[in-house]
Amino acid sequence: MMHKCFKSLLVAAFSFFCIGIFTPTFAQGNDEKKEEKKGFNAKEVIFGHVLNNHDFHILDIVGDNGEKSPISIPLPVILYSEQRGLEVFMSSHFHHGEESYRNYLMLTNEKIEELKLDPNKYNAQDIVALDDKGEIDSSVRIYDISLTRNVVQMLIALFIFTWIMLAIAKKYKNGHGVVSAPKGSQSLLEPVITFVRDEVAKPNLGSSYERYLPFLLTIFFFILINNIFGLIPGSANVTGNIAFTAVLGIISFVVILFSSNKHYWGHIFNPPGVPFGVKLILVPVELISVFIKPFALIIRLFANMVAGHIIIICLISLIFIFSNLSKYAGWGTAPFSIAFTVFIYFIEVLVAFIQAFIFAMLTAVFIGQAIEGAHHEGDHHDDSVMV
Amino acid sequence: MDLMTILLSATPMANAGGAIGAGLAAIGAGIGIGQIGKGAVEAIARQPEVANDIRANMILTAALVEGAALFGIIVGFLAMVL
Repeated sequence: MMHKCFKSLLVAAFSFFCIGIFTPTFAQGNDEKKEEKKGFNAKEVIFGHVLNNHDFHILDIVGDNGEKSPISIPLPVILYSEQRGLEVFMSSHFHHGEESYRNYLMLTNEKIEELKLDPNKYNAQDIVALDDKGEIDSSVRIYDISLTRNVVQMLIALFIFTWIMLAIAKKYKNGHGVVSAPKGSQSLLEPVITFVRDEVAKPNLGSSYERYLPFLLTIFFFILINNIFGLIPGSANVTGNIAFTAVLGIISFVVILFSSNKHYWGHIFNPPGVPFGVKLILVPVELISVFIKPFALIIRLFANMVAGHIIIICLISLIFIFSNLSKYAGWGTAPFSIAFTVFIYFIEVLVAFIQAFIFAMLTAVFIGQAIEGAHHEGDHHDDSVMV
Repeated sequence: MDLMTILLSATPMANAGGAIGAGLAAIGAGIGIGQIGKGAVEAIARQPEVANDIRANMILTAALVEGAALFGIIVGFLAMVL
């Protein structure tokens, strides 16, 4: 019995050795890429949606010869460089990366391959400066401050959000909902604001919650409305952009820092009731955690949003990937893929609300930790969240 | 391309490492959030009138655990890209 097992083991090991070492030899054929007609490139679609673009891409019309002509809304391109000054023009002049304009060129994936540029240094939608001969001039450092897709969508969301809030605030100013029962949009918004005040602000901030309530409400609604806008098919991915979430995280960090008091820093550098040996380890950890907590806020919002978008696009791309194999496989995948996508869409709407709530809640928790005064004996704990 | 060449080249190894890392992070998230859910449901079963408070804590803690898992997934993605 043991002998048989050992023999089988030897056979298995020898087989692996053979597979690994011995290779079939083929005559070297033609290595060039002969295919002009490219199949569905899932990676390009995913990164085209998740990253920032200089236009709102709507759809591609595939012509008779397989050529894709894109239809998109162009956006202004604003470039600044020391050598050339400020330049403003519409991104339609680039013709989707095919032509250069005023000695600037917008790179696309095809152009990066064509010009044999380093893919680690140059990405799609980057704008590079050309010199008079048409070669890339790397000495010109361009600051790209264009109104890109993310910026325009964020501004639209901001405008709609401010409009809604001001309209509802005017209703309150006129007395509706103050001396009478709230009606219409007031009854939509009032429970949400009361929820943020009673579950997020009051338990964590104690008596000085009113100072921070506007900030927390702004964070909550701003992230919420940008999340919801990002879920519209064809829209830009604003909250899934690390720069956007980084700025929100930095603002929260600054608010936390400015509201910290002596007790907070005393607890970090001199934790009470801790033996000296442990203090040596604890103080660097506490110091790092001051920076890690906003960083975690940033990464959490970014990763949740971008993961959701990528999942939705991947599920839809499955249809096209399968259709590359055979037309019927594509049609067969479609019902399952769409069903899954609808299911994931529901989850993404839930995640949109949850992530906005979590960002606001954790900011409130960290501010609460910073403004905490000296502990008294027998403090009455009123938290709904045990921190 | 035989197995040895594939095993010795860098990019597929980085991609495989990234994907396996992200998968392990997802397992961690699943286990963690599952235990949060278990604790929350048991607590609600014991005292149904504080269900709202327990639900708020559950969602908060789940988001924290998921944040940690997403750190892992981001690192897995970075392994593929960098």
